[in-house]
Amino acid sequence: MKRFGDVVAVAGLDLTVGAGECFGLLGPNGAGKTTTIEILEGLTVPDSGEVEILGTPWRDGAPGRALRERLGIQLQETQLADKLQVGEVLALFRSFYRQSHTVEEILALVDLEEKRKARVVTLSGGQKQRLAVACALVSKPELLFLDEPTTGLDPQSRRQLWEIIRRFRAAGGTVLLTTHYMEEAERLCDRVAIMDHGKIIALGTPKELIASLGADHVVDFALTEGGMSQDLVEVLQQMGGVTAVRTGSDGVSLTVVELHRALPALLALLQQRGVELSLLTTHHASLDDVFVALTGRQLRDT
Amino acid sequence: MYQLALSRMREFYREPEAVFWVFGFPLVLAFALGLAFRNTGPGKLQVGVAGGPGDSALAATLDSSPRLDAAVLDTATARLRLRTGRIALLAVPGDPVVYRYDSTRTESGLARLEVDDVLQRSRGRKDLVAVRDDRVVAPGSRYIDFLIPGLLGMNLLGSGIWGVGFSVVQARQRKLLKRYMATPMRRSHYLLSFILSRLVFLIVEVVALVGLGWLLFGVAVRGSFATLAGITILGSFSFAGLGLLVASRAKTIEGVSGLMNLVMLPMWILSGTFFSYARFPDAMIPFVKALPLTALNDALRAVMIDGAAVATLGAPLAIVVAWGAVSFVIALKIFRWR
Repeated sequence: MKRFGDVVAVAGLDLTVGAGECFGLLGPNGAGKTTTIEILEGLTVPDSGEVEILGTPWRDGAPGRALRERLGIQLQETQLADKLQVGEVLALFRSFYRQSHTVEEILALVDLEEKRKARVVTLSGGQKQRLAVACALVSKPELLFLDEPTTGLDPQSRRQLWEIIRRFRAAGGTVLLTTHYMEEAERLCDRVAIMDHGKIIALGTPKELIASLGADHVVDFALTEGGMSQDLVEVLQQMGGVTAVRTGSDGVSLTVVELHRALPALLALLQQRGVELSLLTTHHASLDDVFVALTGRQLRDT
Repeated sequence: MYQLALSRMREFYREPEAVFWVFGFPLVLAFALGLAFRNTGPGKLQVGVAGGPGDSALAATLDSSPRLDAAVLDTATARLRLRTGRIALLAVPGDPVVYRYDSTRTESGLARLEVDDVLQRSRGRKDLVAVRDDRVVAPGSRYIDFLIPGLLGMNLLGSGIWGVGFSVVQARQRKLLKRYMATPMRRSHYLLSFILSRLVFLIVEVVALVGLGWLLFGVAVRGSFATLAGITILGSFSFAGLGLLVASRAKTIEGVSGLMNLVMLPMWILSGTFFSYARFPDAMIPFVKALPLTALNDALRAVMIDGAAVATLGAPLAIVVAWGAVSFVIALKIFRWR
């Protein structure tokens, strides 16, 4: 558990990450992801509770340093020195470790070879982030911590980073990452923990969590002015194949098992009642929907 | 640690402004002050001769002296020049000759003596006692000789505190310190890297300032260069320690700037950089002498001006080292790493 003043940032968190696994901590901003990962990284001391990394608890001095030799850490907000060249930053970070990749090797790992002589300040957001991950990978770590590695990046840069993480895992590395992109977690992680207000509210593989919704599709629709009524919601709940109905300010969201049955039924129902659609979309159920189902809130508005 | 020190240096020399303030500015300052206070010996005294009968003869007589420069002036001009100090004395021809001057001005007093001497001799006065001049030039007695060691001390203080303080606080602000904490880097190595990189810049600073003083103003180092090097190294370590202490808690650049000024301003004024601290009241002297910059300046002057040996500098050097060591230890204890 960790408190900051009166605010309990993280409370009652109990999880185990296995070797070779990619584990994701998911949640909106302020859920306690960063606090959790920094406790695990030994940068924040918890007020109570126990942490074991690679089988050892955090200790000061030589044991702590020996443990750090085996970890790769990327922090959320680090800005590396602007005036240094990419190669120089990596040479600096590699000097902290007893064993490490050469600068050439690590540049190749993160596809920054041609930027070796470029100053940090000239790099794009995606390149800076790859450099930050490179600093974490330089020591050939067994366990890699990534705190929101792709936040604020464009889709292409995000995919490049995912590729780097995949390569690291393919070589047998363990990854613990935080993100507020559910899509990222679904693609990268073997298991995820969804956090909200400092607590884990769901834990499992992305498939299991989505399956817990009891349905594999989500239908979002909105009606023209005055089309909505309590009566309609009740009818929808009774409809075949619908497992959950949620109404929000911008429309209705149905969780459905069989889209090919539910959708025509919905359209027929609406036509029968003489109300008109102003919006209709469907998508495969995702971790976003799991979060909404668990908290009643959209992940991205929080 | 070598890599840390190396990146510290790279960050520094790629910041042209910082380079100017640390290296360029003291040189410019030394040059300007040296020019203003250069000792070219007393120049010719400017005297005026009031227009009237016999004015040009009197002016010619006075002008014949190698130490006087005389010109005939009309009454209004003469009055104006006398008042503004452009002439030291106005001689009004006649009987008696009248010397008009301000007796509180040193120059005017000198002019009075010289003018009277020239005038009396030209009328046949004979010296009654034989005299001989024996001119000496005491080395190291000029203002520039006093100034260069002071500027050197001030420069070591400034670059130590600015150089260390700003980069520590910047690294803290950018969460770079926290990032370093996430590696097996030893904390003491991080702090020591500052001191190591200071050492390299120190060589440039000292060579530039002492070299300029020697080339332009003939300020020689009378003691051994090894002693001078030793003292500057101690001073630089000490101020780097002080810089770390100043930066050990501050979270923002603004915060640390205030602290730096708080530390440096009193020393600039009190520690005898531009003028001797002997001018302060006696009660303040022990306090002033306990300041690290005072001690460093004293030691530097002792070596550069008096050619003192290391052995005689125990007391000031002990003060310098004590400040550095105590600051470093406290800084290490209270340092905010994140």
